Amino acid sequence: MLENYFPILVFLSIGTAIGVVLIGLGLVLGRLLGHARPDSEKQSPYECGFEAFEDARMKFDVRYYLVAILFIIFDLEIAFLFPWAVVLDEIGMAGFWAMMIFLGVLVVGFIYEWRKGALEWE
Amino acid sequence: MAQISNMMLLLPEIILLGFACLILVVDTFSTDPDHRITYVLSQLALVITISLVFYLHTGATALAFGDVFISDPMSSALKAMIALYGLVLFLYSFEYLTKQGWVKGEYFVLGLFAILGTMVLVSAYSMITVYLGLELLSLSLYAMVAMNRDSASASEAAMKYFVLGALASGMLLYGISILYGITGTFQLNELNQQILQHSEQTGLLVFAMVFIIVGIAFKLGAVPFHMWVPDVYQGAPTAVTMFVGSIPKIAAFAMAMRLLVNGLEPLMTNWQTILIILAVLSMGIGNITAIAQSNIKRLLAYSTIAHIGFLLLGIIAGSQQGYAASMFYVITYALMSMGAFGVVILLSRKDFESDLLEDLKGLSDRNPWFAFIMLILMFSLAGVPPFVGFWAKWFVLKELVASGFIWVAAAAVFFAIIGAFYYLRIIKLMYFDKADETPALEATAQMQVVLSLNGIALLIIGLSPGLLMALCLSSLL
Repeated sequence: MLENYFPILVFLSIGTAIGVVLIGLGLVLGRLLGHARPDSEKQSPYECGFEAFEDARMKFDVRYYLVAILFIIFDLEIAFLFPWAVVLDEIGMAGFWAMMIFLGVLVVGFIYEWRKGALEWE
Repeated sequence: MAQISNMMLLLPEIILLGFACLILVVDTFSTDPDHRITYVLSQLALVITISLVFYLHTGATALAFGDVFISDPMSSALKAMIALYGLVLFLYSFEYLTKQGWVKGEYFVLGLFAILGTMVLVSAYSMITVYLGLELLSLSLYAMVAMNRDSASASEAAMKYFVLGALASGMLLYGISILYGITGTFQLNELNQQILQHSEQTGLLVFAMVFIIVGIAFKLGAVPFHMWVPDVYQGAPTAVTMFVGSIPKIAAFAMAMRLLVNGLEPLMTNWQTILIILAVLSMGIGNITAIAQSNIKRLLAYSTIAHIGFLLLGIIAGSQQGYAASMFYVITYALMSMGAFGVVILLSRKDFESDLLEDLKGLSDRNPWFAFIMLILMFSLAGVPPFVGFWAKWFVLKELVASGFIWVAAAAVFFAIIGAFYYLRIIKLMYFDKADETPALEATAQMQVVLSLNGIALLIIGLSPGLLMALCLSSLL
């Protein structure tokens, strides 16, 4: 029973190993090649775009919302692509073209959001 | 190898989708503030769709796409009507948006998607397809209602519409999921047979059916699921109100036909009882509340509720003739509704919606012809012969009596007489009151011509209702 989960253990081990090596390498190389000139901005905890400690009920830019929605659309597209890719040899040309049409409709949406400037931050 | 059969049957929908995508891209490249090219392309898309519907019409019933899509005489007839009304709606809307100075290309693209949604709904033969079409229609409409972003009332209307619409969709899905749990199928024809086999579970089936009826009643705007109707009608820009008040009603009728008649016919005695309550309440509350309104868009909203009650009566009759009468009702009602909002658009000016009853005062002095058109529309809505609204009511009531629901028919007539009051008051305002101010009419020639045709069509169909009724009957037999 447990041996069925062995591939997952292998997968986790390799993932962890790659993570440790890459981050370790980054830290070591950074220590060796970089300068150490700390200031208060550099020392403060980082949280994408917000102050780290403040009232949670703050106003934030509506543009975050737009970016989040656009992200979800293309995120879902990937979620559809995975199962499609796995069974592609079984579903034949009809399945292939069905996905192409789906992607085509998404591209239309992408052109629209690009032309409307939804991807411009300023 | 997966096979997709009978793709040809979907050609109108496929072409319309292609056009909608194309127009969306073209619109972003056009620099014209009036978006004229978007408008022209949208009209072209609808004309091509109508031609394809006629070209593919064989009078036979055929299934496509794994049997989730049906092409039958009813779907062809309703699709042709929807696309034709779409042409008229876009013309009125373009006039309104140009007058108000905020033409947006998205209006037409979303309109096309809403029309596509109604066409999918009309042809749905699986509960999932019903839901797909319904959501495509509803989501487009939510965005259209909110389209004028600077208007607080439009935003409020969109918010109410969206929240209540999402709730109704949830109810519908809940009903669908229970039905699927009992019968193990989404197909409407298989559902029909499965229900007969699972007659020992009638209690659970009725439970599921109630949720489905809630979904349908919400989309139709029948009492007690009507609370969104007046706010959306009043708050939305008039062009969008006109859209919400016409094509989606045809879609909701088709949805009721597909789900209740094609799918849940074995439960007819159960849904008849529920629909009778909805219909009588709709006619009562709609007609009585409309009397108190001073805003014409709100008045027409309550009038819609009352008409929806009448529309349900034909379905309650439970016979092919009854369904045909309902189909006649919804087709003609959409035409009357478009005309009435068309007059409101005709009288509007920049930053002036002309949506109060007193704005109609003395219209016969200002413009006798369009006062006459409005007179036709109001008489027709009230159900005065020889206008078409009379025949719509007559056919429905005749079938209702033939099926033995005499007291429901009596209640319908009673409320229709109460309803005549507020239509006649509009006529009184136009013909017997003096206008406070008499600004000139701002309207393009094509708007005037199409609106005149719209009004005259009601008179012509009213004088020979047999043709349209024969079409409706042949669609359903």
